[in-house]
Amino acid sequence: MTSDMWATLYVFVLASFIGLGVIRRVSRLLHTPLMSLTNAISAIAVVGAILITGGDYPLRIRILGAVALFASMTNIVSGFLITDRMLKMFKTDDRSTAVTAGKHS
Amino acid sequence: MLGLVQLSYLVASALFIFSLHWMNAPSTARKGVYAGVVGTTLAVAATWAEPTVGHHLWIIGAIALGFVVGIPLSMVPLTAVPQRTALSHAFGGVAAGLVGTAEFYLRIAENPGYLTPFRMTALIAEIILGYLTFTGSLMATGKLQEVKWVPQRPVTYPGQNVINVTLLAIAVGIAVGVARNPTAPWAAYVFPVIIALALIFGVLLIIPIGGADMPTVIAILNSYAGLSAVAMGFVLDSKLLITAGALDGSSGLILAVIMCKAMNRSFTNVLFGAFGQVQHAKAGGDEKVYKSETIEGAAQVLEQANLVVIIPGYGMAVAQAQHKVRELYDQLKKRGITVKFAIHPVAGRMPGHMNVLLAEADIPYTDLVEMDEINPDMAQVDVALVVGANDVVNPAARSDKSSPIYGMPIIDADKARSVFAIKRSKNPGFAGIDNELYFSDRTWMLFGDAKNVIGELVKQLAGGSGMH
Repeated sequence: MTSDMWATLYVFVLASFIGLGVIRRVSRLLHTPLMSLTNAISAIAVVGAILITGGDYPLRIRILGAVALFASMTNIVSGFLITDRMLKMFKTDDRSTAVTAGKHS
Repeated sequence: MLGLVQLSYLVASALFIFSLHWMNAPSTARKGVYAGVVGTTLAVAATWAEPTVGHHLWIIGAIALGFVVGIPLSMVPLTAVPQRTALSHAFGGVAAGLVGTAEFYLRIAENPGYLTPFRMTALIAEIILGYLTFTGSLMATGKLQEVKWVPQRPVTYPGQNVINVTLLAIAVGIAVGVARNPTAPWAAYVFPVIIALALIFGVLLIIPIGGADMPTVIAILNSYAGLSAVAMGFVLDSKLLITAGALDGSSGLILAVIMCKAMNRSFTNVLFGAFGQVQHAKAGGDEKVYKSETIEGAAQVLEQANLVVIIPGYGMAVAQAQHKVRELYDQLKKRGITVKFAIHPVAGRMPGHMNVLLAEADIPYTDLVEMDEINPDMAQVDVALVVGANDVVNPAARSDKSSPIYGMPIIDADKARSVFAIKRSKNPGFAGIDNELYFSDRTWMLFGDAKNVIGELVKQLAGGSGMH
């Protein structure tokens, strides 16, 4: 094990703790949008797919990459869009329109 | 250049953490989405700009196709959000699996030294998790979408768990062999066997699980999809992937734990318990009788109430009744009656599903109350109106040790001064269990389609003036 691998393991452990801490405080109202949001975020695996699709590799390898790129991109697009669509629906009362980002209702 | 790429990955990781942090309140949540979009765009742009990345038409094509499929998938009705979520786990799983497969064949051909035991272990974990999440999530999608060829009820057979565990053990056994000798000539040939076993295992894992457990299963698959991204991060040495995957994985884990607690089940019980089979009807005994109430009577009782609690279940969404429920809410509010919605964590088909369905009907989220918050006040409630919910208000969970749902936390509807339960038919609910609440002294049944019944109630309260 090189120090690089240890560094990645550290990142994993620390990121998991941050994840547990942050997610625990997410409003229970928002668990469905939370799931679609984390889905879109973890589709950042798209970077791995881009490296393979765009590399100077044999055709069959790049085909695998392109399919993975498509699948991840679908998750990114649909994940963020549907999360925002759902969040727009959460309103405090009749008169207020959707709570916009950064503005306190 | 390298510094710039790494910097953008670091910023993206930080944005993802902020993104989830802002989900802690509905007022900041949309900011979280924007942070996520900016982080993703940044990371994609930085990667695309790498000098080793060419074949831009390929990349543009795949991204364009992602938009073509992704946009319609984001516009599904909210009742279909659980299926969409399960499908996106399948996409996440297959992406990880394919990248892992490509990496393996690429490296053994060009750069075998890269495949250290550490990376090989991660790579194997990536493909096993990725492919089993792929088929498992497709099965879950099929069950939720009620596709014909996917059985809704749990499929069980003798020795099921033994077969599943054996299969996984074989896959892991082969995987250990490949991980130790990635450059052996046979490794490239047995690698597809691991993939095949993982694909089969994903299917076998989901078929014994019943509909009532789907919220937990979706959360577990979410966790797997996140972990496969983490494993990919180990293979590619990408701390961004590890961070994002760990956030996703821990989110799935927490949601799964919440779902399990809300049903008083353990993980292993959900995965291997084959819950949800129809109970054998008790032969003989007392014939239990429902009391039914007319719309007029129910409207009168509602009008005289001070505090009404509506307890919605998935049946409300199936009947598309949430907009009528909103009208009823308006009518009651107009009379100065306090109306709250009591939300059970497993109401609906995925974590938080019911909140989204009610929010869509323009019901203010400030009137959506968690089970734990409302239960201490249930005795003060004048009318509990049960719409399409069944197991989550079944008092057998508190009292009947022989009941399959015994020990599950429920909303104490039976403690309210009076209960109206809307029910389409006299059949048992999703989990196939009879409900004592419906035979209680204080309960009156309103039989019929939830949308029609609520619509009639609204008309009655509006003075029969035909208001819709």
